[in-house]
Amino acid sequence: MAAGLAAALGSAVPASAGPTLDKVKQAGAISCGVPTGIPGFAQPDNQGKYTGFDVDICRAISAAVFGDPDKVKYVPLTAQQRFTALQSGEVDILSNNTTWTLLRDTTLGLNFGPVVFYDGQGFMVPKKLNVKTAKELNGATICVQPGTTTELNLADYFRGNKMEFKPVVIEKIDEVYAAFFSGRCDVMTGDGSALAAQRIGRAPNPEDYVVLTDRISKEPLAPVVRHGDEEWHDVVDWVVYAMMEAEEKGITQKNVDEMAKSDSPDIKRMLGATPGMGKALNLDEKWAYNAVKLVGNYGEIFDKHLGLGSPLKLERGYNNLWSKGGLIYAMPIR
Amino acid sequence: MADIDIAEEIPLPAQQRPPVVTSGVIGWLRANLFNSVFNTILTILAVYLLVLTVPPLIRWAFIDAVWDAPNGQACRGEGACWAFIGEKWRFIFFGRFPYDAQWRPLFVVVIIIGLVLASCDRRLWGRRLVLLWPAGLVMVGVLMSGGVFGLRYVPSEYWSGLPLTLILAVVGMLFAFPFAILLALGRRSNLPAVRVVSVAYIELVRGVPLITVLFMASVMLPLFLPEGVTIDKLLRAQVAFILFAAAYLAEVIRGGLQAIPKGQIEAADALGLGYWRRTRLIVLPQALAMVIPPLVNNFIGAFKNTSLVLIIGLFDLLNTANTALTDSNWQGFASETYVFVAAIYFCFCFFMSRYSQRLERTLNRGHRR
Repeated sequence: MAAGLAAALGSAVPASAGPTLDKVKQAGAISCGVPTGIPGFAQPDNQGKYTGFDVDICRAISAAVFGDPDKVKYVPLTAQQRFTALQSGEVDILSNNTTWTLLRDTTLGLNFGPVVFYDGQGFMVPKKLNVKTAKELNGATICVQPGTTTELNLADYFRGNKMEFKPVVIEKIDEVYAAFFSGRCDVMTGDGSALAAQRIGRAPNPEDYVVLTDRISKEPLAPVVRHGDEEWHDVVDWVVYAMMEAEEKGITQKNVDEMAKSDSPDIKRMLGATPGMGKALNLDEKWAYNAVKLVGNYGEIFDKHLGLGSPLKLERGYNNLWSKGGLIYAMPIR
Repeated sequence: MADIDIAEEIPLPAQQRPPVVTSGVIGWLRANLFNSVFNTILTILAVYLLVLTVPPLIRWAFIDAVWDAPNGQACRGEGACWAFIGEKWRFIFFGRFPYDAQWRPLFVVVIIIGLVLASCDRRLWGRRLVLLWPAGLVMVGVLMSGGVFGLRYVPSEYWSGLPLTLILAVVGMLFAFPFAILLALGRRSNLPAVRVVSVAYIELVRGVPLITVLFMASVMLPLFLPEGVTIDKLLRAQVAFILFAAAYLAEVIRGGLQAIPKGQIEAADALGLGYWRRTRLIVLPQALAMVIPPLVNNFIGAFKNTSLVLIIGLFDLLNTANTALTDSNWQGFASETYVFVAAIYFCFCFFMSRYSQRLERTLNRGHRR
């Protein structure tokens, strides 16, 4: 219903830049719905300021729109609230570890931007068990939270592969991890990024544990906007693509000024030396330059918050560039 | 000691056995812990359990504890990691409130506690207190939101931590209480319309959990409002909280009203008092004094209920603590954090229950047997 209302209003306002971009420019800030707290993705620092991978997506959009990465109002949202907050216009964008699914895309009246993080359910085992793939887990004792999709995926996977497992069902996630690290079960299952974070963060000795590379579910996480405002959707899409493209072209926060003088037509178009791209998006011609200069390219923000430069130490894996064996693929900017 | 001295001076009949000691440590132990076989077994069992649990707890909390560490890895050991609390206490107390302006919520906490303490002293009860509260609440509002006197404007979504918990609880109770009195009187009214409305309201609200009311206020309400119109999230939660608490308080107060002997009301009528003066001067003072224990019980419950706002993304004390746990440099210190937060809640709730005991003793003199 709210989506229909949004669509009606969207078509009623004859603005070239789209209602959300107009509203954002007028308000002087983007209202960005982030998770209340997920290590590496969005977490308040000791001074209460949000930092993280999800946060940097909003900062990049702010840099592209305003030339300033900090014109963002962060609205921490729980998983239950986030879609209402977007539908009702309380936030302009969700950067909220949201999995892209058909029903969310259609019946909830949402539009998904490019996938910024390919997550999936995986397994963590102690090294001493000497397990190399998930197929070897027949008969294992597995710690899992009840009533979650994690539990369903687990049961499906084992049934599909004609394997047996003994579940140890514990209500609170914190206690599930505590049970695993104290040895009550052989295997811990959960989203790959969460497993890696817990391995580093709370294992008595992280080297004793390994996260298997198998993924038994697809959890593509993407930023979300409302149905019915294509211009704003475009802005979100292309800012994210620009950050991915920047990594592919080797443009970093440090060298972006030199790269702007490059002779490559691709880079000149992207960084605004050859005008046209910014105008097409109703943004300043320096939109991509600002996003990379003030926030960083995709690889840089990944490393800073999730990758080797962070406490989480996640491998790039599926989140590497397509040219390096991953799934990150930016559409051409021309 | 004086008793024993006197007892020695009185000559005892020689054939009688001395009475069992009932004073001193041994006497107390005998009277309270070992006065029957069953109690003796219980006492021994309890002591055994204490021996089993207390030393490991002390070792965890104090002896093996780490008090200072640069990050989570360095803090991991057998004992508690209080360095985590040292790192995060400001976030737990004040949450997302702008860091350099956090003296403002600190003053708010002081003002609210001061107001509550002042209201607890019976010598101050009177007109001045009635003026003190609005003044105090205006100061709280100014300090929190700013925008005047050169204070920076801080929107309510940045209010968090202990000040938010206190505001929700104290403002909630302050508005719920008069509303509850009206509901309780309404339920006992002779006017059918008033009675039906009051009963319907109380039963409706008592029939749903607080979480449902909060969810309605935070998730459903915005969908019914026109696009772009948003009512402040905190205000929505606060109103939901007031409406909810009022229904429960009303039932407690009704209990007090029913316990007033009919003679009191008839005496008031005989004096020629009208309904409102009878209620204000005769009925309510007695009724409220009688229900102090359940009232305070409700206050304590409501204070702790404020922590439910975490499910709608408001950063009360419990939620700031939860959020502090997500720091990727400090993973896995949930026990320490929850112990810390529990201690804060305990201080407030324990104070309330002790105070209610004292108030009960002084106000209920007439009913004591």
